Amino acid sequence: MTPQTTPAHPDALRPQTIDDVREVVAAAVAAEEPLAVEGTGTKLGLGRPVQAARTLSLAQLCGVTLYEPEELVLSARAGTPLAEIEALVDGHGQRLEFEPIDYGPLHGLEAGQGTLGGALACNLSGPRRLKQGAARDHVLGITAVSGRAEVFRSGGRVVKNVTGYDLSKGLAGSFGTLAVMTDITIKVLPKCEAETTLVLRGLDDAAAAGAMAAAMGSSAEVSGAAHLPMRVAARIAEGALGREAATLLRLEGFGPSVAARSAHLGAALQGVAPLERYQGAASAALWRDVRDVRPFVDGTDKPVWRVSLAPTQGHELVMQLRMQAAIDAFYDWQGGLVWLRMEAGEAEADLVRATLARLGGGHATLVRASAAVRAATSVFQPQPGPLAGLTQRLKVQFDPKGVLNPGRMG
Amino acid sequence: MAVAMPKPSAAILSRRAAIVDALKAIVPGEGVVDGITGMRPFETDGLTAYRQLPLVVVLPETVGQVAAVLRYCHQQDIPVVPRGSGTSLSGGALPLEDGVLLVMSRFNRVLDIDFDNRCAVVQPGVTNLGITRAVEHRGFYYAPDPSSQIACSIGGNVAENSGGVHCLKYGLTANNVLGVEFVTIEGEVVRLGGKHLDGDGGYDLLGLMTGSEGLLGVVTEVTVRILQKPETARAVLIGFPSSEEAGACVAEIIGKGIIPGGMEMMDRPAIHAAEAFVHAGYPLDVEALLIVELDGPGAEVDHLLAAVEAIGNANGAVTCRVSQSEEERAAFWAGRKAAFPAVGRISPDYYCMDGTIPRKELPRVLAGMKALSERYGLGVANVFHAGDGNLHPLILYDANKGDELHRAEAFGNDILRLCVEVGGVLTGEHGVGVEKRDLMPEMFSEDDLKHQQRVKCAFDAKHLLNPGKVFPQLHRCAELGRMHVHKGQVAFPELPRF
Repeated sequence: MTPQTTPAHPDALRPQTIDDVREVVAAAVAAEEPLAVEGTGTKLGLGRPVQAARTLSLAQLCGVTLYEPEELVLSARAGTPLAEIEALVDGHGQRLEFEPIDYGPLHGLEAGQGTLGGALACNLSGPRRLKQGAARDHVLGITAVSGRAEVFRSGGRVVKNVTGYDLSKGLAGSFGTLAVMTDITIKVLPKCEAETTLVLRGLDDAAAAGAMAAAMGSSAEVSGAAHLPMRVAARIAEGALGREAATLLRLEGFGPSVAARSAHLGAALQGVAPLERYQGAASAALWRDVRDVRPFVDGTDKPVWRVSLAPTQGHELVMQLRMQAAIDAFYDWQGGLVWLRMEAGEAEADLVRATLARLGGGHATLVRASAAVRAATSVFQPQPGPLAGLTQRLKVQFDPKGVLNPGRMG
Repeated sequence: MAVAMPKPSAAILSRRAAIVDALKAIVPGEGVVDGITGMRPFETDGLTAYRQLPLVVVLPETVGQVAAVLRYCHQQDIPVVPRGSGTSLSGGALPLEDGVLLVMSRFNRVLDIDFDNRCAVVQPGVTNLGITRAVEHRGFYYAPDPSSQIACSIGGNVAENSGGVHCLKYGLTANNVLGVEFVTIEGEVVRLGGKHLDGDGGYDLLGLMTGSEGLLGVVTEVTVRILQKPETARAVLIGFPSSEEAGACVAEIIGKGIIPGGMEMMDRPAIHAAEAFVHAGYPLDVEALLIVELDGPGAEVDHLLAAVEAIGNANGAVTCRVSQSEEERAAFWAGRKAAFPAVGRISPDYYCMDGTIPRKELPRVLAGMKALSERYGLGVANVFHAGDGNLHPLILYDANKGDELHRAEAFGNDILRLCVEVGGVLTGEHGVGVEKRDLMPEMFSEDDLKHQQRVKCAFDAKHLLNPGKVFPQLHRCAELGRMHVHKGQVAFPELPRF
């Protein structure tokens, strides 16, 4: 399958100002006609398909409106391409610390097409999530239009702020179902001077979980801990790792610090498994592919699950599922993030979630499947009664007529 | 100080005896305190200018009791004020005359320590420092460290999204909490998150709960991230002839990509008060003093100390001292940590503010504060979380002298207005509570505040949890629920289509 550019909606409404966004929502509310809300449309494969009369695209509400590197702060319109922001801050030796995954390739699209609004609406994160947080941990403030067609702001532009409710966090991961974000202010941080990945070779999943727990529990400040079982390892960084299982431990920081921590951690892991080290760009290439689920970028729509659970339970989940279904799997976040590909083409939602529940719970999200499968499956983790009630009431408070991405988060 | 609280309900006050009896049936033994002497210690929190005896104090011991108390209060329309250790500096736990004060201090057990998953599960009454104490035998600690950490409870930290000296590098409470169990005002028990990341895969209710100041639910269990302690930590003390130069030094440290574990600034009055109190060895001939702490592997700390020293010198530092021992590092911090009581020695009373500003605005804000100080005829000492722009001006006054208290409040409000004017916020870590409630419109529009209140309505439609806090005006949820869009009257814009 050739990578596709962003799916085009010929009839999408493309406002260029906040006022226009508000008017589009107001019109939808008045007509009680739902809107499909999107940025450039790269993540339409996430969540359930939305049945809507019209599409509201934020793609033309774009541009960086404030960037003060010395204050570590950046504001941009929601439709600003993430790639544009990453290039800008890179030029000042900074980066988006939450390391947002690019779902494009997994969904058969070109890489690098997503927007800042999309990153926050889906609360994207990457391997650094376990140390430095997700998009929700780096947003400082937002302006948005709720499903009431009212403009509101929350937060500000400073890091330390507890003034009023943190609606930015409420909107992070809400997939456009509560409000349409128009402006976003985020924290940026300095890039690291050096990066080294220690790679343990040949560990089975359980042994890798033990090694990752030991590394994360040390003072080495590991900023990425992933395990790629045999054969999966071959599918990242253009085969740089070979076929053998690889357990990746990333260290980032100032040169002398990374060197010292690399030596300490290497010594602590002595005898666990043969150890290799990847520096700089070679290390970054490994993590980019772990981040973007490259082992499952296969041009198919075989179902892919993203499961968040207690890190030490990751390999247990995989072992138990293997006994009942054909799956391929690898681990990030010390084992607390399991990527699962269902080889037979069935989503097996009940099996995945029942197994997860037996292992202490967490959440499983179906991040890739055909539209038909997604329409027939609970893409997001079903919630118990009281929590479902709160979720529903929050939705009604912000979008009483249900005009914003109805059904997307089912 | 005068602050308008919701008018007590005469109906509730007249039913007090029956309410007390009903609560005693739920929480037996010593768990219900209804005598004036017994309730007296609960009449205020860390913001002692406000005092109010509650209707009754309840100290539940089990989640079942919390749920039953809340269910009863919800049925009977009785307000409930949750309280942890009562260290709030914004009056977040100020009781209501017609409200039950729900004190969570008996929830004081550490339930589970899971080193492999780097988390601890604790009850909300466990103190912030208590978590670190429970895990430090394996070299772990809990990172957020509000200065009240010896006393403040983790449940209170969740309610206030507490910060501390180390949050520049390690984040606020919201970035270090993995999960909570809480009870809704309707008495339902809800779990959010757990030992895994990203809550429940749905809306980030955990993010909304954290910092909600006790208005959304009563937390009964908290799962926090614990970290391995940095291998080493050293501090450097840098003195400057002006706050501008100190500010420039801070900007350059950050600009060079260095995120210190802590970076604090003190102005001349604060330096002198602290030095007189604890003899930390601070230079007295400087206008501004920076404490920069670097933590991590020894090799990193040595490398960065050299870099920070060089930046300090390039920005006009007149003194620069690196701690040579753990004792010396502790001494550097002793002065800063004692700044509040130290100021308490030189002034009968002080009023602590908590605005945050963009770092670059520091000189402008300090100059503005100086002018205000002259206008109000009151002194001010400044301690400042320089790394993240969080100011703690301490306004010096004497409550027994004429209108000084009134002037101090007006001075404080003007400082916060100034913070907002330069792009900052009213409160960085102390919370809105009752203290800054009426200033919220300085920062937020009517629609901003209404959307915040709509979160409240989703959780507590009857406004029974901690009413009178955070929001200057409580709109009834039914009124907030109305839609104001009229069919046919909205002009449809001409938008580009492709």
